[in-house]
Amino acid sequence: MIEFRHVAKTYPDGTTAVEDFSLTVPSHTATVLLGSSGCGKTTLLRMVNRMVDPSSGQVLIDDEDLASVPPVALRRRIGYVMQNSGLLPHRRVIDNIATVPRLNGVSKREAHSRAHELMELVGLDAALASRYPGQLSGGQQQRVGVARGLASDPNILLMDEPFGAVDPLVRMELQRELRRIQTEVEKTIMFVTHDIDEALALGDQIVVLKTGGEVAQVGTAQEIVEAPADDFVAQFLGVDSGRRSLQTVPRPGGGHTVVDGGGRPVGVLEDPPEGSSEPRG
Amino acid sequence: MVEILDWVRWGLNHSDRVLMLTFEHLRLSLPAILASLLVSVPIAAAANRLRPLREVIVSGTGLLYAMPSLPLFIVLPIILGTGVRDMINVVVALTLFGISLMVRSAADGLAAVPEHIRLSATAQGFSPWRRFIGVDLPLAGPAMLAGLRVVSVSTISLVSVSAVLGVQSLGSLFTDGFQRSIVASIVIGILATALLALLMDLLLVLLGRLLMPWTQTARTSAGPVGRGRGR
Amino acid sequence: MNQLIEAVELLLTPETWTGATGMGARLLQHLQYTGLAVALAALIALPIGLAVGHSGVGRGPAVMITGVVRALPTLGLITLVALFAGLGLTAPMVALVILAVPSILAGAYSGVGSVDAPVVDAASAQGMSTWQVLWKVEVPLGLPIIIGGLRLAVLQVVATATLAAYVGSGGLGAPLFLGLRTYDYPLLLAASLVVIVLAITLEVVFALVQRVLRRALRGTS
Repeated sequence: MIEFRHVAKTYPDGTTAVEDFSLTVPSHTATVLLGSSGCGKTTLLRMVNRMVDPSSGQVLIDDEDLASVPPVALRRRIGYVMQNSGLLPHRRVIDNIATVPRLNGVSKREAHSRAHELMELVGLDAALASRYPGQLSGGQQQRVGVARGLASDPNILLMDEPFGAVDPLVRMELQRELRRIQTEVEKTIMFVTHDIDEALALGDQIVVLKTGGEVAQVGTAQEIVEAPADDFVAQFLGVDSGRRSLQTVPRPGGGHTVVDGGGRPVGVLEDPPEGSSEPRG
Repeated sequence: MVEILDWVRWGLNHSDRVLMLTFEHLRLSLPAILASLLVSVPIAAAANRLRPLREVIVSGTGLLYAMPSLPLFIVLPIILGTGVRDMINVVVALTLFGISLMVRSAADGLAAVPEHIRLSATAQGFSPWRRFIGVDLPLAGPAMLAGLRVVSVSTISLVSVSAVLGVQSLGSLFTDGFQRSIVASIVIGILATALLALLMDLLLVLLGRLLMPWTQTARTSAGPVGRGRGR
Repeated sequence: MNQLIEAVELLLTPETWTGATGMGARLLQHLQYTGLAVALAALIALPIGLAVGHSGVGRGPAVMITGVVRALPTLGLITLVALFAGLGLTAPMVALVILAVPSILAGAYSGVGSVDAPVVDAASAQGMSTWQVLWKVEVPLGLPIIIGGLRLAVLQVVATATLAAYVGSGGLGAPLFLGLRTYDYPLLLAASLVVIVLAITLEVVFALVQRVLRRALRGTS
């Protein structure tokens, strides 16, 4: 469990990234911080592995105040996946994945065998192990990034817009994969994004942020879509522009066509298979 | 054409001496090349750390290159308290020239390491020192190698000047040849020096390929590998 | 250290500087050698470098030749030419010109080559002739790098011109070698100091010129 207690962050140049933020991130679930740039979401994420220290307030992991935990050791037990993968270009894929276990003193043989398992988990062909990151596609690089984040079997996985730099089709595929992986590994995931669809797709808990890290709404995807807390959230969701005010129109072949507020078709509504009550599309 | 045969014959007749002088030449230049690399990297790293002083430090060391070699070979012993013909002077002077060329390459190379990769390394739990050794240095490697190649050629060429003071090197073939009017001696000396510089350069390139295999891989994707300069 | 003090005292004595073989005359000679060598080298290297940079033709060979010539030891060249040309100015001049050519050549082709292709294309598209593109666009924009090449050449020549005296010419090498042969260390040191100060002064002046040029260019673009 990760807990933010009234944290604030003012940078030395005087800009205030976060004013007063409190949140509990439950274990073994995915919490998404959703907001546009400048809302302090990345700052908040980086407080968890002490890449940023709060100016005031506390961050706790399982009731332990992070201020007293040495940063380098802390980072080695928290997975971190970032945009542009951040892979080390001078190390082979296999060595990139094995980075943290190696830093923790695990033998090379053991770290590599673990890395091979992880490559399988994230759906990477074993033949890519000896390639350099520059030889991979953007999507493949992000998979390596996820595998690297999981390499030391951390309880917590921090993800900073990890799929922001890949094209939309690959992004959706990676989101699907992440959900599959999460059902297997059940990590405590904190995920930062500005993409509302991504947040709805991945978050067990979604935190919508305004500037300065002000919380606009916390809830499940369903709660947020069904009942936006205020105009800001509604606007962010695109409810007011009609993007999410969907209507159904009977379809000639049976079922319904779903259209948005502007009348443009966005999908087809089939009759639900029996016994299913999946809230998300 | 007859001359060329004469030169070859002279070279063969004096191969022992040429080899010995080549060895002396290397004994002066190799430590200097190595030392300029070892001294320049910490200076460059410190310069990058001290942002406001960076340009002062980098340009300041660059100014060392303006030092004429011969006078420096003479002034240094006075400062170091060594004899004029001591090989230490020559090595120190050559190292100073090496540093003057190398600090900028190293500083630029280290500064060009992509910030997101450094951030990512920090997030994985690299300590600052470990990150410098394991991430910054290797990624600055190609730029530093380019600098070191210039240092190598320049050093090997400059060593010869110390022959004027009586320090043994391939340059001795020039002073001997001039004083005794033996053209072959000078020609062989020039060829040997140029050949030595060329071989060292090849060695460095080879070493670079061996130590930095990732620079050989395809740069087709938009990966962060290719940091080459556009034209 | 005492010798260093003696050397400085020697430099502070007015008589050191006067006369046909005084330090003043030697300094002037030194500057003349440098100026002549760099001018001759520029006459050879600038046209070739500009042509290579503009057209891109022969860039590979130019880079290679520059590298090979840089590996040639200047002392070797001076002594070699001196054996054929005899004592005097020819040998050092040939060697100094050869020394200066690579830097000027490299500065010229990389300076012209550094101008962004779209800028050059735009200039041609507006109807500039090849000459106009070269003189009105490429040379002005590449000037800081071209001057940088000249700066490096001057630096190398001023430092190396001391060797001219080894084959019987003048310049600041003359008192230096005189001191070396007669074990007159204060004289040796004094001459060395003058060369060092001269080189650093020229370097600083060039650096300032380059900076002013860069700034002027940035201001107009």
